Amino acid sequence: MSGISRRKLITTGLATAAGASGLAVAGKLAARYGLIPPDSGVLYGAGETLTYAAQRVLTRHSMAREFSRAEISKEPFANEVAPLGAEFQRLQQGSFAEWRLVVDGMVARPRSFSVAEIKSYPRRSQITFVACEEGWSYIAEWIGTPLSHILDAAGALPQVRYIVYRSFQPDWWESIDMSDALHPQTFVAYGMNGGDLPIGFGGPLRLRVPRQLGYKSVKYITRLTATDDLKHFGKGLGSASPEGGYAWYAGI
Amino acid sequence: MGAMSPAADSVAGRTSAPALDRTARGPRHPALVRVTHWLLALSFLALLVTGLEILLSHPRFYWGETGNVNMRPLFKLPVPSSRDTVPTGYGYVLPDQNGWSRYLHFEAAWFAVLTGLVYFAFGLFQGHFWRNLVPTAADLSAKRLAKTVANHLRFRRPGEEEAWSYNVVQRLTYLLVVFVLFPLIVWTGLALSPTVEGAFPAAVAVLGGRQSARTLHFFVTILLVLFVLVHIFMVYRAGFRKRVGAMITGRASQSQEKA
Repeated sequence: MSGISRRKLITTGLATAAGASGLAVAGKLAARYGLIPPDSGVLYGAGETLTYAAQRVLTRHSMAREFSRAEISKEPFANEVAPLGAEFQRLQQGSFAEWRLVVDGMVARPRSFSVAEIKSYPRRSQITFVACEEGWSYIAEWIGTPLSHILDAAGALPQVRYIVYRSFQPDWWESIDMSDALHPQTFVAYGMNGGDLPIGFGGPLRLRVPRQLGYKSVKYITRLTATDDLKHFGKGLGSASPEGGYAWYAGI
Repeated sequence: MGAMSPAADSVAGRTSAPALDRTARGPRHPALVRVTHWLLALSFLALLVTGLEILLSHPRFYWGETGNVNMRPLFKLPVPSSRDTVPTGYGYVLPDQNGWSRYLHFEAAWFAVLTGLVYFAFGLFQGHFWRNLVPTAADLSAKRLAKTVANHLRFRRPGEEEAWSYNVVQRLTYLLVVFVLFPLIVWTGLALSPTVEGAFPAAVAVLGGRQSARTLHFFVTILLVLFVLVHIFMVYRAGFRKRVGAMITGRASQSQEKA
């Protein structure tokens, strides 16, 4: 072996070692600052992690774009959902007076909220778009109360890192990090375009997460669970989406 | 043509290496250009396939901020869809491939952008753009331009000097791809991210809105596909094995182009 190639070997080895330890340190730091998504271990998790980390670092406090009243879509569209069943119909006939949103997990005061109670909280509205991962979109006015208000009412503990939310439809559950959960535009929504939230659009209660694609805005929410770890929910990938092959983070 | 000096294209004095001493000459393509070329080719293939899969879930295009099946499209593609909510006229629905397609699309996009940044830095700081892509004043004379374009239109095989340097049509095309189409495809793609739109609303508004950005993303894709098709055809005309070999090993053959 000539001297040059030995030197080359040593420098390459050192560079590789430096690169590997650099990556390891970067990984540790990213984990500490909550920049690793729960589905980072899936086949394309590397790209997913880059997207989530980059968007969280660069846009953590950014607001979703708001539109003027004139820009509200006259023809909104909602994907059909599976039949909601007899129990849903019964609740609907009772004007959802019996609908409950349970808040549990790492909260000081686990409890449930009726729709009327939620409506008694500060009423906020936003005119934002819903964009489906398929490519279509519409703009609507969303009326509700910030999720942060509900979490405060239940006394969410400071170590909470994610909010898991479930739908009346048992196979649709999602979770978001606290950057989105405490975001002023993340609503528990009960109204749309000045009226009640239509059932096709998620009524009586829908979680609106306007900085992410439509599938994070789960319809018919029934339960919020505060947690510091997503490992014990479902397959541990964060939500039903990665279990079905879709990314947990839908900021793009 | 074959007897022409390889330095013929460096009239304005921009020449990369001692032109006549072939043994002293560096590789035809710098190693960094070769590596980034193939990495980008690989990312482009992944982006194209996954992009088409994502498109199949809604093969309709709109202009403005919003668009959905309740609204009139700007145009629609005559293909079946992977969603039963889209009226396509076909009696069947394709299998849904959006999940992995979206994952891979964004992973490949990161790969392409990071590779592209390395290439940009190299091009700027090592003189690759200036030396090999920016046409010389002589190249841009009407006569020279007309001749090069005519050679292309007649599908004339390039002479030996073009095994060592890009002609003016190549230079202008590569500049267009590197400085216009590549940034545009990234911009229109990022404009589709709700988070990015929130942070940089003007970047979406100037494109005409979210759905306009999606439509433009599609148009730029078509231009890139056209570029790749013509590029591959030209490589084939110039001698596929030699030119592809030069992009892999860096070695350009000297006078076997006619082989």
